[in-house]
Amino acid sequence: MSAAQSKQAAPHIEIRNLTMAYGDYVIQRDLDFTINRGDIFVIMGGSGCGKSTLLRQMIGLVRPAKGTVLYDGVDYWAASPAQQVQRQRGFGILFQAGALWSSLTLAENVALPLQEFTTLAPDLIDEIVSLKLSLVGLGGFEQFYPSEISGGMKKRAGLARAMALDPEILFFDEPSAGLDPLSSRRLDDLILELRDSLGATVVLVTHELPSIFAIANNSVFLDADTRTMIAYGDPRELAEHGVEKVRTFLKRGAA
Amino acid sequence: MNFDELPPDWRGQLAIDGSAEQPCLWLRGAWELRDDVPRYAAIAPQLANARRVSVGARDLERWDSSAVNFLAAVVRDARARNIEVDQSALPDGLRRMLALVFAVPAPPPRATPPAPGMLAGVGLAVLHAWRDWPAMIEFAGEIILSLGRFVTGRARYRRGDFAYLIEEVGPRALPIVSLISFLVGTILAYMGAVQLALFGASIYIADLVGIGVVREVAALMTGIILAGRTGAAYAAQIGTMQVNEEIDALRTLGVSPIDYLVLPRMLALIFMVPVLTLYAGIVGILAGMTIAVLVFDVGFYEYYNETLSALELKHFAVGLIKGTVYGGLVAFAGCLRGMQCGRSAQAVGESTTSAVVLGILLITISASILTIVFQKLGI
Ligand SMILES: Nc1ncnc2c1ncn2[C@@H]1O[C@H](COP(=O)(O)OP(=O)(O)OP(=O)(O)O)[C@@H](O)[C@H]1O
Ligand SMILES: [Mg+2]
Repeated sequence: MSAAQSKQAAPHIEIRNLTMAYGDYVIQRDLDFTINRGDIFVIMGGSGCGKSTLLRQMIGLVRPAKGTVLYDGVDYWAASPAQQVQRQRGFGILFQAGALWSSLTLAENVALPLQEFTTLAPDLIDEIVSLKLSLVGLGGFEQFYPSEISGGMKKRAGLARAMALDPEILFFDEPSAGLDPLSSRRLDDLILELRDSLGATVVLVTHELPSIFAIANNSVFLDADTRTMIAYGDPRELAEHGVEKVRTFLKRGAA
Repeated sequence: MNFDELPPDWRGQLAIDGSAEQPCLWLRGAWELRDDVPRYAAIAPQLANARRVSVGARDLERWDSSAVNFLAAVVRDARARNIEVDQSALPDGLRRMLALVFAVPAPPPRATPPAPGMLAGVGLAVLHAWRDWPAMIEFAGEIILSLGRFVTGRARYRRGDFAYLIEEVGPRALPIVSLISFLVGTILAYMGAVQLALFGASIYIADLVGIGVVREVAALMTGIILAGRTGAAYAAQIGTMQVNEEIDALRTLGVSPIDYLVLPRMLALIFMVPVLTLYAGIVGILAGMTIAVLVFDVGFYEYYNETLSALELKHFAVGLIKGTVYGGLVAFAGCLRGMQCGRSAQAVGESTTSAVVLGILLITISASILTIVFQKLGI
């Protein structure tokens, strides 16, 4: 943890002049912001403004139309494929729809990254898998298949899988969608804990205002109309002094 | 006091002191998830007489899940033995992580039924195969009911989909049907010609190829191509919809998935199969003609006339009936397996495979039955 503190405020992820497009259709342009080590960083914006797309470009699934993403000052998109894979191993990703492997049990889902990327003994892997599932409140569900659990449980199982390798950076696409308020609180605690204890940087897309105010220390707001970012900073500040659109968003339309 | 030595690898990360009744476990150094990380199971025997366990950290540099895992094992074991764990000497972060692990009580893990023995396995497989037939008959019944709704105009489906299905089954299958029919026609012509040439009767290649292709081979080849091409596609399409709960969504709208998905697919195949069969027959005859004329020196007009005199309407009728039956069975197998699909990616793969296997099995069975029936009827 001391490590996390001492490296605080060191840039971890830098988005540089990034434009994303599907074909000729530009989703967002000129995105430029920095995420520091140990930040809990929220990407906000209305539905369809390109949050998931931005996440996909950050985790290396889709190449940006223009601009790039730097990790620890290293240009991800200019790196060799081997370096990219190396970098991706430090990512833990929760997809918007869970993206659990439907033919594997929850335990197998969480175990797969451990089996692929570590040389741990099978019984230790089993223990870690149970631990991660317990952390998201799914202890005892090891032998269930994704089709046998509820939507919110799938979300949490996806989270357990994202945490499997104690990643350096966690990317969450709407982690609390489909969770009840209590589970949602627990999830916030867990995210804070992961940051504090493991020194992870967390990038999340979320619409949950309580969550945003409880855990985020920095954020960016993507606007669908102007197709670019219109606010960047601590969400609590933005709620008070941000541009009007962002204030309205952060006050549930009541600004 | 009197604690056994810890394995040397672990001394940098773990220390035990206190008494046998009240042992203290101290985490120290760097805890990283590696294979040589200390495991609670290995030291549990040393704590067998404990009445109260303390855990704490001394000079702990950094830690990750491995430390949480270790502590969770300590707490779990202590709870099982009803003894207390004093966590006050742990750093806040570890204590909170530990609290999260035990925040939601785990339900008892699900017992997995023991794998059946070999004999039982064979028995189950037979039962499973046996139960398949009633399911098929039921499905056939549903299709017939749906056909009734279709004929009376009460079935809901999308015309656009139907047009797409027709195009997918018919025109888009032409290249592969052409290729295979041409090659099979060639094979038939060669096999026949070599024998017939011994008797100087090469001209009868025309009879052999014409009747063989039109009556049997065109339908069979078309059926098998469709099983691999269209039957598999149907199973995969409907199966994926099953996985995504799209079929449930249709049902809740009051739309019968049979009307909406199955019947259009069956009809598309049944409409297009006769055309494909006829086309395959003509390509086969042309292939035979090409070989006979180019390789075995049969005159083009002779071959043409011989083919015309050999072929009768009934041969075409038999071929088309067979083709239509095969096509119907292929569509049936594909849709059935799609509707029976489970809810995982693997299940989609299994139902696709099974659709092709069942399609070819049904083709073979019906081919035998039809051949005997036509024989008895003297057609
Ligand atoms: N594969 C694709 N091809 C073309 N356009 C796409 C594709 N995926 C997404 N889009 C478009 O990109 C835009 C942004 O989509 P994205 O999924 O990133 O939105 P989002 O901000 O995550 O929305 P939400 O909050 O609803 O999840 C949308 O207008 C969408 O229509
Ligand atoms: Mg999204």
